[in-house]
Amino acid sequence: MSTDFLLRRIMIAIPSLLGISVVLFTVLALAPGDPFGELVTNPNVPAEVRLALRAKFGLDDPVHLRYIRWLWAMLQGDWGFSFVSRVNVDTLILQRLPTTISVIGASQLLAILIAVPVGVLAAAKPYSMFDQIANTFAFIGFSLPTFFTGLLLILVFSVNLNWLPIVYSTEIAGHGMAYVWNAVRQAIMPVAVLGLFQGASLVRYVRSSVLEVIKLDFVTTARSKGIGERKVLVLHVVRNALIPVVTLVALQMPIVFGGAIVTEQIFRVPGIGSLLISAMLANDTPVIMGVTFVFSCLVVFFNLLADVLYGWLDPRIALR
Amino acid sequence: MDERELKGLIGKVRNGKLSRRGFISRMAAVGLAAPLATQLLAIGGAAQAQPKSGYKPTKRGGGGALKVLWWQGPTLLNPHFATGTKDQDGSRVFYEPLAGWDPDGTMIPVLAAEVPTRENGGLAADGKSVTWKLKQGVKWHDGKPFTADDVVFNWEYARDPATAAVSSGAYKDIKVEKIDQFTVKVMFDVAKAFWAEAFVGVAGMIIPKHLFENFAGAKSREAPTNLSPVGTGPYLFKEFKPGDLLTGVINPNYHMPNKPYFDSFELKGGGDAVSAARAVLQTGEYDFAWNMQVEDEVLLRLEKGGKGRVHINESGSMEHIQLNTTDPWTEVDGERASIKTVHPSLSDPAVRDALALLVDRDSVEKYIYGRTGVAANNYLHNPSRFRSKNTTREFNIDKAIALLDKAGWKPGADGIREKAGKKLKYVFQTSINQPRQKTQAIIKQACQKAGIEIEIKSVTASVFFSSDVANPDTYPHFYCDLQMYTTGPTLPDPGVWMQSYLSREVAQKENKWQGRNITRWRNKEWDDLYFKAEAELDPVKRVAMHIQLNDMVVNNRVVIPVIARSGVSAMNLKLVANPSGWDSNFWDLQDWFKDA
Repeated sequence: MSTDFLLRRIMIAIPSLLGISVVLFTVLALAPGDPFGELVTNPNVPAEVRLALRAKFGLDDPVHLRYIRWLWAMLQGDWGFSFVSRVNVDTLILQRLPTTISVIGASQLLAILIAVPVGVLAAAKPYSMFDQIANTFAFIGFSLPTFFTGLLLILVFSVNLNWLPIVYSTEIAGHGMAYVWNAVRQAIMPVAVLGLFQGASLVRYVRSSVLEVIKLDFVTTARSKGIGERKVLVLHVVRNALIPVVTLVALQMPIVFGGAIVTEQIFRVPGIGSLLISAMLANDTPVIMGVTFVFSCLVVFFNLLADVLYGWLDPRIALR
Repeated sequence: MDERELKGLIGKVRNGKLSRRGFISRMAAVGLAAPLATQLLAIGGAAQAQPKSGYKPTKRGGGGALKVLWWQGPTLLNPHFATGTKDQDGSRVFYEPLAGWDPDGTMIPVLAAEVPTRENGGLAADGKSVTWKLKQGVKWHDGKPFTADDVVFNWEYARDPATAAVSSGAYKDIKVEKIDQFTVKVMFDVAKAFWAEAFVGVAGMIIPKHLFENFAGAKSREAPTNLSPVGTGPYLFKEFKPGDLLTGVINPNYHMPNKPYFDSFELKGGGDAVSAARAVLQTGEYDFAWNMQVEDEVLLRLEKGGKGRVHINESGSMEHIQLNTTDPWTEVDGERASIKTVHPSLSDPAVRDALALLVDRDSVEKYIYGRTGVAANNYLHNPSRFRSKNTTREFNIDKAIALLDKAGWKPGADGIREKAGKKLKYVFQTSINQPRQKTQAIIKQACQKAGIEIEIKSVTASVFFSSDVANPDTYPHFYCDLQMYTTGPTLPDPGVWMQSYLSREVAQKENKWQGRNITRWRNKEWDDLYFKAEAELDPVKRVAMHIQLNDMVVNNRVVIPVIARSGVSAMNLKLVANPSGWDSNFWDLQDWFKDA
C-alpha cells in the first residue's frame, strides 16, 4: 500500500462530501418550516420581530447564496451557529460527540465479543443444536428494529422490574465506585440494544466466513499434522476468517451511527443523534448541516479505513 | 348586583369599611365564587393581599436535589432570545422579572418591592406611566447589587433592533427612566390599560447590565453570559448543555428568606412526552415533567404507578374552529380568500348557527381531552374574570337540520344540502395531532347526519404553523372553509390576543399574511368597542367590554370555541409546586418544596 493510494482516496472523498452537502442543503431549503415557527403562534411576539430575525440570520436569501456562504465559512473552519440556541455548531457537536462515541464504541465492542465466539463455534459444528439456536437468535436480533427492542427493554427492566433508569443522564450522582456503577447502569440498555442488533448480523458473517476457511486445504493439512482441534481453529482458521469480518465491522459503522440516532432519542442519550433530531424538528439548518457533515465524514473515513485494513491484513490484495 | 353597587363595595374594602372576607361572602351570596371575588378586589385596586403562602420549610436548603424533565430541553439561557417556553423556563431558573403572574393571573412581586397601584402612586391617573419600586438589597449571583440601572439597561437592550431580541415586542414602544437607585418609571405614548408587559412575567426577566453592556446590539450573540447566566434567582448556574442538561446549586444569598428548599437543581431535556410522564408518574426517577401532551387515558394509567400525580392549571389556550368569511376557492388579484370576496355559503348566519350546533363539545371533552381540557362556550375563556356568562353551547342535530331547512338549504340527490346551486361542502383543515384528528372525525360525523359534507384535511404541524409566505397550507393563509387550532393570550390580559378580530389586522397577501385576523371577519362596531376597551383604565369596565367583545364574536359564529385547554404537568406526590398558565413554569421555583 502506498501513500499514493491514500492520497487518491482522500481526493475522491472530497467531491463526494461536497455532493452530499449540496444535496442536503437543497433538501433542507426545500423542506417547509421555519426555525422561528414557535413565535408564529405567540400573540405577544409581533410579526416584525420574526421577520427581523429571519432577515438577520439570512433566511430570506436565495438558496444558492446561502449555500455558498455556508460552504465558504465551512472551508475557513467556521461551522456557523445554531439559529435556535445561538451557540456555535462545532461547540454543540463537540459537547455531544464523546457520549455518542462511547455508547457506539461500547456497543460495537459488545457486538464483537458476542459475534466472534458464537459465530466461530457455530461454524465449527455446522447444523448442530448450538448452530441452530445461534442462527435463530441472530435472525430475530437483526430483524427487530432498535426502536422496538429499546421500548421492550424499557418496559421490562425499568417499568416492570425497576432495575434500570429510563433516562440517560450526563450528570451522574455519586463518587468513586457508586459513580462508575451508575454510569454503567444507565448505559446498559442503550448499549445492549445497539450491540445486540449489530452482533446479530455479525454472527452470520463470522459463521459463513469461518465455514469457508475451514474447508480449505491448509486447514486439512494443519489437522493432519496432528495439531489439536482448538489450535487449528484459533491459530489457522479464525485468523484468516476474520480478515473480511474486520473490514465488515468498519463498513458497518455508518449503520451503527444511524441506529444510534433512534436509540439516543429513546433513551435520552445526549449524543449527536438526538442533537440531529431536535435540530431537524426546529428547522435549525446550520446544526443539521454540521451533524450530517460529521456523519458523512465518518462514513467516508470508515470506508477508507476498511480498504486500508483489508490491504494490511491480507497482503495478497494489492492496493493501487 | 350592578356595576355601580359592585364598585361601591370594592371601595368600602379599600377604605377598610368592609373586610375582605365580608366582601367575598357577599359576592358568594350573589353567586360569585370566592376566587373570582378576590380577583375583582385585586383588579378594583383594593390593597393587594399577599397570597396565602403554603411554603412550609423554615430554613434555606436541606431538600436535596430537584430533578425535572423537559421533553424538549432549553437551547439557550438568555431570556431575551427565548423562542419558546422551554427557553423561557430555562432562563427563569436564574433570571427574575420585577413581578410574576400566579395561576389566577394575579401579579406577585419578585424583584419589585410592591405591585404598583393607583393608591401607592405606582400607576399614573392618566394611564401613561407606571413607577416601579425595586426591592433593595438584592444581589446578582456575582455579588454586584441589583439596581434601577439594570432595569433601564434591559429596555435599551431589548428594543435595539440589532440585538434581535424576541422580547422586543414588550419594549419597543415604551420609554424607561431611572428615577433613583431603586425606582424606575415606564412611560407609554398612549394610556395603557394593561401596563404590565415590560419587566413582568416571561418577557420581563432582567439580565445584569454589568455583564451584558458590552454585548448589546449586533454583538449580542458573543456574550459569554448567554450560556452561563448570572442572575438573581434561587439557584446559581452550574452547567448547561443546550437541549440536554441544565444544572444549578442553591443560592445561599437569595433575596427571599428561607428559600429555596432544594440544594441543587437539575433539568434534563430531550425524549418524548409519554416517557417523561412515565419517569415521573410511574418510575419516580424525576420530580416534575412539563407540558404533558399525552392523552388523559395514558396519564391515568401511568398515575396508577403511584409515584406521582397529574397537575392541571388553567391557561388561555383555546382550541377553536374558525369559519372563513371570505371565499377560499376563488382567486382575486393573486390571492384566495381575499377580503374582496364573500364565502358563498358560510356567509349565511343559519349555516353558521347550524355548524355550531353540530360540534359536540362535551363529547370532545369527555372522550378526547379528559381532564386536560374543558368544553368551552367562549373564545375568551381565561383568565376566568373575563369569561362571559351570556353564551351557551348546545349539540343538537335535529335543531341544526330544522335551521337549515328553514333557511332553504335542501338536501340534493346525493344527500348534501344545497341552495341556488351552492352545496354545503366544506374542507376542514387542522394540524396533524391525534386529538385534533379525532375531533375532526366527531364533527364530520354529526355534519354528515345534517347533510353537510366535510372533507378532512390534516397538515404537518411544521407547515401549518409556519410563516412561510409561499406555502398555501399555513393557517394564516386559511385557504379552506374551516380550520381548527389552539391559540390563547399567554398573558393574563386578552388585549393583544383579541386583535384577532380587528379589521386592520386581516391576514392577506398585502401584509404577507402576517396579520392576526385569520377569519377576516370585519365589523366596525366591534373595532370601535375594542379600541374603547384598550383605552379604558377602569379594570372592571374593561372586563365588561372584553366580555361584550367575546359575545359578539361567539354569537356571530365567527369562530366556534371547542375546548379550553389546560396546562398539564406531572409531579411527584410529595412535590408542592404551582405552575401558572400566565407565566413560566418556574415562576414560583423558589417556593417549590417536598412535603413530608
